[in-house]
Amino acid sequence: MGSVPIFSVGDRVRVRKAAPLGHIRTPYYIRGHEGVVERYCGAFPNPEELAQQRDGLPAQPLYRVRFRQKDVWPGYRGSAADVIEIEIFQHWIE
Amino acid sequence: MKDLGAYRPLDYFQLMEVSLRELLVAKGVVTDDAIKGAMATMRARGPERGAAMVARAWLDPAYKDRLLANGSQAAEELGFEVPGLKLIVVENTPQQHNVIVCTLCSCYPRMLLGIPPEWYKSRPYRSRVVREPRKVLAEFGLRIPAKVPIRVHDSNADMRYLVLPMRPAGTQGWSEDRLAATVTRDCLIGVAVPRIPKQPKSRKS
Repeated sequence: MGSVPIFSVGDRVRVRKAAPLGHIRTPYYIRGHEGVVERYCGAFPNPEELAQQRDGLPAQPLYRVRFRQKDVWPGYRGSAADVIEIEIFQHWIE
Repeated sequence: MKDLGAYRPLDYFQLMEVSLRELLVAKGVVTDDAIKGAMATMRARGPERGAAMVARAWLDPAYKDRLLANGSQAAEELGFEVPGLKLIVVENTPQQHNVIVCTLCSCYPRMLLGIPPEWYKSRPYRSRVVREPRKVLAEFGLRIPAKVPIRVHDSNADMRYLVLPMRPAGTQGWSEDRLAATVTRDCLIGVAVPRIPKQPKSRKS
């Protein structure tokens, strides 16, 4: 799990569907969903490690990923073009 | 149940805060005055800085480009110090409306907007605006036409967000300050759009 970004803008990615214990910044509602990388944000110390009083290094690449609301919420009411954008750390992407 | 009158015992987190603060002061890590000063500064801060950035962007297309490319640098350009802030500015257009939430807690660009409103931190807003944004915005009095896509931004990690609203019609020739006055906190979160005060109708005598 290095600091080098391996995904590019426009890549289709899936968020890991997992439920580890601890301080997780990947909202539960988005786990297991597929979206498209909107931008790369830089690398940041891993919050899951920081919460354990460790240094969080190596820093984890962070992306903003765009998801279609219709894909995320069953029975979503609204435009098919409505989206939600969320920051996802690389180690949560598969 | 015993009537306690106006007395309210401290809850767990209040007690934790008081204990930690008193310890830090007793050990000389910080002073009472420094804490009071920081709280006063924080409480006094409103959304004026965010509003000033928007008004500048409306008047200066080159500034707007820089604002959208690097929000933090654009804030510093106006003299607003934002150490450590990673600001992403998202632009409302006739083709898209943006709204900000932090579903995990209450992340918010406090250095530019001050303390977030209570509703921003509330569970109903955080849980609902991600899954039914149109309904929530309508409850704020903002109806987004069905043909305009909504982009919800979950401020869940290291970035912070600011909405760049559209300049309201009828503001040609307005000064930067006058424009900034139309940009409320809610406009910068995306649950409102700037409106110009209605001209008072001429009274018939």
